[in-house]
Amino acid sequence: MPHLTAMTLAEARDALAAKKISSRELTGAFVQAIEAARPLNAFITETGEKALAMADASDKRRAEGKTGALEGLPLAIKDLFCTAGTRTTAGSKILGNFVPPYESTVTQNLWNAGAVMLGKTNLDEFAMGSSNETSAFGPVFNPWRAKNSNANLVPGGSSGGSSCAVAADLCLAATGTDTGGSIRQPAAVTGTVGLKPTYGRCSRYGIVAFASSLDQAGPMTRTVRDAAILLTSMASIDPRDSTSVETPVPDYEKLMAGPVKGLRVGIPKEYRLDGMASDITALWDKAADWLKDQGAEIVEISLPHTKYALPTYYIVAPAEASSNLARYDGVRFGHRAEKPHDITDLYERSRGEGFGAEVQRRILIGTYVLSAGYYDAYYSRAQKLRTLIKRDFDAAFEKCDVLLTPSTPGPAFAVGAKTSDPLEMYLQDVFTVTVNLAGLPGISVPGGLSENGLPLGLQLIGKAFDEATLLRAAATVETAADFKAKPAKWWAP
Amino acid sequence: MSRTIKGQSGEWEIVIGMEVHAQIISNAKLFSGAATAFGAEPNSQVSFIDAGMPGMLPVINKKCIEQAVRTGLGLKAQINMTSVFDRKNYFFPDLPQGYQISQYKSPIVGEGEILLDMKDETITVGIERLHLEQDAGKSLHDQDPDNSFIDLNRSGVALMEIVSKPHMRSSEEAAAFLKKLRSIVRYLGTCDGNMDEGSMRADVNVSVCRPGGYEKFRADGDFKHLGTRCEIKNVNSMRFVQMAVEYEARRQVDLLEEGGTIDQETRRYDSKANETRSMRSKEDAHDYRYFPDPDLLPLELEQDWIDAIAGSLPELPDEKRARFIALGLSPYDASVLVSERELADFYEELAAGVDAKAAANWLNNEILGRLNRDGLAITQVPVPAAANNAIIRMIANGSINGKIAKDLLDIVWSEGGDPREVVDKRGLRQVTDTGAINAAIEAVIAANPDKVEEVKAKPKLAAWFAGQVQKQTGGKANPAAVNAALKTRLNLPDEG
Repeated sequence: MPHLTAMTLAEARDALAAKKISSRELTGAFVQAIEAARPLNAFITETGEKALAMADASDKRRAEGKTGALEGLPLAIKDLFCTAGTRTTAGSKILGNFVPPYESTVTQNLWNAGAVMLGKTNLDEFAMGSSNETSAFGPVFNPWRAKNSNANLVPGGSSGGSSCAVAADLCLAATGTDTGGSIRQPAAVTGTVGLKPTYGRCSRYGIVAFASSLDQAGPMTRTVRDAAILLTSMASIDPRDSTSVETPVPDYEKLMAGPVKGLRVGIPKEYRLDGMASDITALWDKAADWLKDQGAEIVEISLPHTKYALPTYYIVAPAEASSNLARYDGVRFGHRAEKPHDITDLYERSRGEGFGAEVQRRILIGTYVLSAGYYDAYYSRAQKLRTLIKRDFDAAFEKCDVLLTPSTPGPAFAVGAKTSDPLEMYLQDVFTVTVNLAGLPGISVPGGLSENGLPLGLQLIGKAFDEATLLRAAATVETAADFKAKPAKWWAP
Repeated sequence: MSRTIKGQSGEWEIVIGMEVHAQIISNAKLFSGAATAFGAEPNSQVSFIDAGMPGMLPVINKKCIEQAVRTGLGLKAQINMTSVFDRKNYFFPDLPQGYQISQYKSPIVGEGEILLDMKDETITVGIERLHLEQDAGKSLHDQDPDNSFIDLNRSGVALMEIVSKPHMRSSEEAAAFLKKLRSIVRYLGTCDGNMDEGSMRADVNVSVCRPGGYEKFRADGDFKHLGTRCEIKNVNSMRFVQMAVEYEARRQVDLLEEGGTIDQETRRYDSKANETRSMRSKEDAHDYRYFPDPDLLPLELEQDWIDAIAGSLPELPDEKRARFIALGLSPYDASVLVSERELADFYEELAAGVDAKAAANWLNNEILGRLNRDGLAITQVPVPAAANNAIIRMIANGSINGKIAKDLLDIVWSEGGDPREVVDKRGLRQVTDTGAINAAIEAVIAANPDKVEEVKAKPKLAAWFAGQVQKQTGGKANPAAVNAALKTRLNLPDEG
């Protein structure tokens, strides 16, 4: 049996079921690991005591023979999910010490399945960022460091705390949310698995909104199997979310089993960017071969509107965000400026003090593109492009069953390397945003190490609500890649 | 007020359009399950959604959609199978989400019409659209010297915004429009129309133009033929609508004639001073940055569902009025009776099996007069319709005469009871027996020989005799029989 904190979700589940370990032991090990890993800054709020209490309750249930699908399994929760009675910050100062009196549907589903909450993980403020550096609670450090370097690297973003926690063995698995790549990109640069499900698969109820038409919760795990297990519990049909889709939730772990023989794997030619790092292109080619070796058919396909995806995303997402974040006004909850002299002053100072620079930038962009006289030139055109991007995928999926692409244009970069140039930072999402715009499921699987010894991810994209096929293809890549590398625990005291 | 207004330089035409906010009758809000009762403790009817809490999502309340469709059908309007909810973004302390969910480009209901029965003609006022939106909360500035408070009970309550075309041309027509619309939604049960409680409020758009401008506008639909309009916000009674329009039209004419121009602006009507005052000009207008609400999918309706609602509509005022006229009522009486559903219902019960016109007269002259005197509504009438029906039947079959009937109504009005029993108990039955009537006539003649002489020259004095005879019989004599007997006995000519 591996060390308690190094287990996969499936291994821990089976060990608990076999009564080899208790949830108390397992949870205790993670609580200790989290305390020891504070230099990584993966958690905004640690809930060790609550975790141990939940573990004890779980052990009691198990003793009584009442077990859920995630019984006793300790998880980390991105601090964008509202958790009743536990502070929820969205990585922002503006929420202050906001303690929600309600639970998000996704986390409620997890607790209903018996899971244990270890704490709330760090993230880019309101999930806006690709490096976890916009968090009001400070940056998270990637457990990975480049060969022969002590430089701190970013864990990706916005789900940087979750990716770090999974990679550094601070939890069995974590939840993330993905609006433009916020699950897949951090997973890719930390050597973990991140799945963004089909839009509407997981309820958005109780998740602090960034861009409503793009936001989607998903699992961040060590293995593809774990992602399947976690998704099965996270997903539900929720009458409290009008965009939740009425498709029954299958047992993804069961459905992911099986060969990929005959599966048609599309390689979108537009994703082969000029000047792309050679280790990325080499890995991409290798992955195609892995699938081919298992009997899959590789087909070149075209997604002609790919080049418009980033600009489209950076109009649609800020537009929705500018409206979604209007409620943080200092009137009812969260940060309020002191001694305002009138209501406008209250708004301006509360928001000016409460929101960080990147959030303010996106609110301004979003407000601009929705303004009279600019709406047609920006927002309307972006919506039309979004439709065209969706159609690209529809056409591609007539020729193939899944798509294979790199997850990111490169490995983890140094803290501070891209903070001065927002456009450079936005390029991190170049391979992932299309999937959000089209509402499709996408997964990042560790494929290997870069030339300087950092994890690189491979992205697979599936048809809407066909997570099962996606997971099957991902498992094949995972097996072939046989990615076993672990970061050195440099942060340990 | 007529359709034109006289200025120094000649005549001006008034053109009026209206936007009416009508609160939907529903137990829950448009996008949350919170209650909607009026007058509850502040912030006692607020869900996390209504308070704009992080991560909360709106879910459409089907009942509110049904009510909007119902209203659309009542306005004989186009029901749009697909409509879209948009966000109207602006900051205000009583707007918790920082946006109002409304329908901007694709409303649930399109063009329809309302008929106004004016004195001499029936006018058709076009309806431009009906859309759904959330109400905002309320800021309370009078509770504390240093702080303003917010009551979110209204936040998220479902409103219908009903927009007319600029088809009204006098203050009376504007008031009549609001009255008719109120009547229709009350018939439909989609809005209670309580203007005092803010369940219904009107934004009135007024402009003036030179004679002929309106006709040109109707001919080609081009607004350039009309004057610049001002919008008077939140007028909350028919009377104030009428007064505000009159004030505003006069203000515009005076301004134009002084060589000024009308600024397109929003104005407020001050009912105490009876004037409108500028609130904000077009330049200060918000940029609402409307865009489709990504939390809500487009609303798709099914024809079967709409048909089922259509099948459940009650008879509406126009149809009812036509039916009443066919029964023999005057158009005026019919209009009065159908103006309120409760009044029409009362009338129908009252008129069952009796002469329609007689029943209408009884209601108009006797019942409404007494209700008015006592400050009661038709729903509070102390004598039920069936009892009134019994009284009318007794008049019709000659059991009592009209005078006794009024006394009888007064008795049951204040004391209650079955009118038939009261007639029997108190001996109010009409005397039609010619012997008794003749005896009374003889007694009156014997006591007044001078009058007998007089009546020969002045046949009109017969009425005095009739009155004396009634006095003798305690008012119970059949008036027709008395008149006939007097005519014979006094040898009066046919005329007179």
